[in-house]
Amino acid sequence: MQIPAPFDYVRASSVDNALALLDRHGAESRVVAGGHSLLPMMKLRLARPDWLIDINDLFELDYLLVDKDVLRIGAMTRHTTLLESDDIKRLFPIITDAERVIADPIVRNRGTIGGSLCQADPAEDLSTVCHVLEAMAVVRGPAGERMLSMADFHRGPYETAVAQNELLIEVRIPIRTGSSSAYEKVERRVGDWAVAAAGASVSLDSAGTISRVAVGLTAVGLDRNVTEVEAVLVGQAPTEELFTEAGRLASLACDPLADQRGPIDYKRHLADELTRRVVRAACRRAAASVSEITI
Amino acid sequence: MTILEDRPSNPAAGDHDRPVGHGRMQRKEDPRFVRGKGHYVDDIVLPGMLHGAILRAPVAHARLVSIDTTEALAHPKVLAVITGSDLQALGLAWAPTLSMDVQAVLVTDKVRFQGQEVAFVVAEDRYAARDALELIQVEYDVLPPVVDARKAMDPGAPVIRDDLEGRTDNHIFDWEAGNKAETDAVFASADVVVTQEIVYPRVHPAPMETCGAVADFDPIDGRLTLYETTQAPHAHRTLFAMVSGIPEHKIRVVSPDIGGGFGNKVGIYPGYILAVVGSIVTGKPVKWVEDRSENLMSTSFARDYIMQGEIAATKDGKILALRTSVLADHGAFNATAQPTKYPAGFFHIFTGSYDLAAAHCTVTGVYTNKAPGGVAYACSFRVTEAVYLVERMVDILARKLEMDPAELRLKNFIKKEQFPYANKTGWEYDSGDYEPTMRLSMKMAGYDELRREQKEKRERGELMGIGISFFTETVGAGPRKDMDILGLGMADGAELRIHPTGKAVVRISVQSQGQGHETTFAQIVAEEIGIPPEDIDVVHGDTDQTPFGLGTYGSRSTPVSGAAVALVARKVREKARFIAAAMLETRPEDLEWEKGRWFVKGDPSVGKTIAEIAMGAHGTVALPEGIDGNLDAEVTYDPPNLTFPFGAYICVVDVDPGTGHVKVRRFIAVDDCGTRINPMIIEGQIHGGLTDGVGMALMEFIEFDQEGNCLGGSFMDYLIPTAMEVPDWETGFTVTPSPHHPIGAKGIGESATVGSPPAVVNAVVDALAPFGVVHMDMPCTPARVWEAMQGRTRPPV
Repeated sequence: MQIPAPFDYVRASSVDNALALLDRHGAESRVVAGGHSLLPMMKLRLARPDWLIDINDLFELDYLLVDKDVLRIGAMTRHTTLLESDDIKRLFPIITDAERVIADPIVRNRGTIGGSLCQADPAEDLSTVCHVLEAMAVVRGPAGERMLSMADFHRGPYETAVAQNELLIEVRIPIRTGSSSAYEKVERRVGDWAVAAAGASVSLDSAGTISRVAVGLTAVGLDRNVTEVEAVLVGQAPTEELFTEAGRLASLACDPLADQRGPIDYKRHLADELTRRVVRAACRRAAASVSEITI
Repeated sequence: MTILEDRPSNPAAGDHDRPVGHGRMQRKEDPRFVRGKGHYVDDIVLPGMLHGAILRAPVAHARLVSIDTTEALAHPKVLAVITGSDLQALGLAWAPTLSMDVQAVLVTDKVRFQGQEVAFVVAEDRYAARDALELIQVEYDVLPPVVDARKAMDPGAPVIRDDLEGRTDNHIFDWEAGNKAETDAVFASADVVVTQEIVYPRVHPAPMETCGAVADFDPIDGRLTLYETTQAPHAHRTLFAMVSGIPEHKIRVVSPDIGGGFGNKVGIYPGYILAVVGSIVTGKPVKWVEDRSENLMSTSFARDYIMQGEIAATKDGKILALRTSVLADHGAFNATAQPTKYPAGFFHIFTGSYDLAAAHCTVTGVYTNKAPGGVAYACSFRVTEAVYLVERMVDILARKLEMDPAELRLKNFIKKEQFPYANKTGWEYDSGDYEPTMRLSMKMAGYDELRREQKEKRERGELMGIGISFFTETVGAGPRKDMDILGLGMADGAELRIHPTGKAVVRISVQSQGQGHETTFAQIVAEEIGIPPEDIDVVHGDTDQTPFGLGTYGSRSTPVSGAAVALVARKVREKARFIAAAMLETRPEDLEWEKGRWFVKGDPSVGKTIAEIAMGAHGTVALPEGIDGNLDAEVTYDPPNLTFPFGAYICVVDVDPGTGHVKVRRFIAVDDCGTRINPMIIEGQIHGGLTDGVGMALMEFIEFDQEGNCLGGSFMDYLIPTAMEVPDWETGFTVTPSPHHPIGAKGIGESATVGSPPAVVNAVVDALAPFGVVHMDMPCTPARVWEAMQGRTRPPV
């Protein structure tokens, strides 16, 4: 049994109550949702909060709804819910792809989208997914709500724009016609951190030309989309040559570190390989959805 | 004789079709395990019990400058803080290892590996004990570590074991087997010689339950009761008597349910001794249970062999000889558990399943600044390394000769009529009939069809690999004339009592860690005396209740204790004959046995069942002279030889050419362990071992950085396989009984762990053949496979 350092524990009863508790207990308090990142860190005594504020009773943040042209996901929505949602499978297959390879069923039953985004682990999949889907993060604090783009929300490894006395409460993803997306990861074993992963979201116009593209990478030292790809792909019909070029640009854009999961050149190679795969898959899926609409 | 049985695949026994004897039946122990009612060391709670925690060294090599325990002792819940100097005063700072070395219980002079035990806190609860560790101030003078075993013998390498008198280097032992001159001569004149460095990296057993103990020393009568996670309770009791000075009759070692051992729970760890010291010092029971990181960083590892393999053959594929020199990394203390005469265990079975003209091996053991150990993880006393070496070398030879690896093996097998077979390094293989086993595996796999599919896929640029491994194990150590551990012969005892109502209890000296002993041993008795297994209680794991014996490891339970149990049951059966004769007023020689009953020859209606005989034995029947009034017996079994189970494994993998990710698509395992007592338990053991093997081949690796920091100290970094990484196992079997075992059974516990890693690696290397890859070392992670595809294979250490 790994034993964490001493801490106190309180269960929040509402979002406002959680915000009040954060305010009251100050800098050494931490919010716990699914707990699958924070608790292992505490057991290894790498994290030592004085207070744990448990927000698992905030059922009001566990929802998934299509609201006109936006998909709204409550921050306490569990990975399993995302994985099993037909709306998500239809609208954002990238999320289904990613959820299938996030940890294991036990973790997915507890872990939440809000927890994942706020942990901002460099090997975390949903940050990349939200970047390429151009999601917005709704953050509430004592001064009310603010809405942030992923670029503003996600500041780097383990760092977000959510202040100590704020909570991420919702993620909003714009729904676009003629669009689709894909995600692929390489890991040493199911449940291990990614060696590398890539996600892509593509919109095609009625002629089948790429009208919008976003590519993101996980675990290879890039906290933004591979914007270099956009200029090359937009306005073009999807071809293998374009996918190859996208892969090449992704491999140049990333900045991986060598570790037990692999050397730098392998990770660069994966950025290339996986980018080609996800852009190709996203284009195929988008084309299929366009043709469905046409028919 | 080889019998190809064709039983239905899974006639799971219901209540009405339980076998009275050998056969498929559900395990008697499962109801408590599946209901969460197992009783493990950590479940033991004694009145007034205290809790211990160990402070461990943060660095790999450092001189201990000072320890200040003042602040920890001031913690309101702390009762004692024990340091190396406290132990030194008691003469307990160093304990003997199972390899005639010594190991520090707590550091007195120098830290020799990261995670080594530095101080022991005893507190009112586990949380306080853990918290108090942070209050101990230790000053270290950090020294350069020896991490790379290849550099351990360099002149000028730091001397790790300066505690040993006169020690000026890191050398532990040199050992050899076989005939060097003969082997060199064969190599010199061979048509073809291939050589390859093959590394079997350090892995860890990682049992579900970590190690722990509850020590309860009674200061009034000087009696120590020690509840421990141990695979060998009797050996532990003797060792504790030798180390502590507490006389052996005052020590009771109890090993309750054990959550997996795999060799990890053979040795005596400092934590066990510290729990005892803690109990003596405080006068209260003390529990110590390590956490996962402590288990991974400080307890027995496995493997860590760097092997230079050489194989010689004729042009047409007759294998002539094998030669290897091994560098063995034993860590900071030589704590491996091997029979005394065999510092490299049974590695000299590296001649495998092949009829060779000559063979020679040398093994050099060295100290490094890493955790000690070496006998863990279903290693069969280093047979795992030996089988991996020979099965890789044969594949490399097949590539060189452009021969199919199955064909090359079939051509070189020891023939059925050559058994018992004396190999070139001193083993006598008891029985074998390899070709039918190999052919069955090929038939189950659809081998020719797989090769056709592979050819088509290669043309399309897809990477598919087929790997074969044919292993011969040597298990059931062993004959006491050759084998002992610290002077204790490797025999095992068994006692059988038939109660007056015909129910029975059999007491055994081996200890189950999940092998299903309570079922298997009851079935052995049932087969011999014909009472149902559910009427036979199996008692094990408590030295006060069981006869002496060396315990469970190296797949020795069935070969040694299984034989003892069969023989003790036969002894009871013979005794029953005399009592039955007295009851029937006839002569013993006029009686005939059918399962469960002695009857009068020629008149089957007149007879006595075992239950009737038991009642008679304890009743008023006038017993013949020399027969006392019970139906009990005991034996100690000294095996005449080891048993040599074998098997043919075929693995099919698909490698993603873009990412290097390996998917094990199929795995066919045909095992021959002689007589099969309970096929369901055998299959369970094989499934577990195969999963182990896939883990080692693809992901498991205890890695160290240049400072000697362990990089595998949690399950975040030390990967073990899950259901997602393994295929549906396809198992088959042949039966070649052991001629010297009373029921013809051989060990099975480690066969799959021994046999599967080479099958997986051979498959991966086969898949990478289009890239010119001849060998790659484990673990075959995506990155390492991709590097191999780039022509950059590299050893893991």
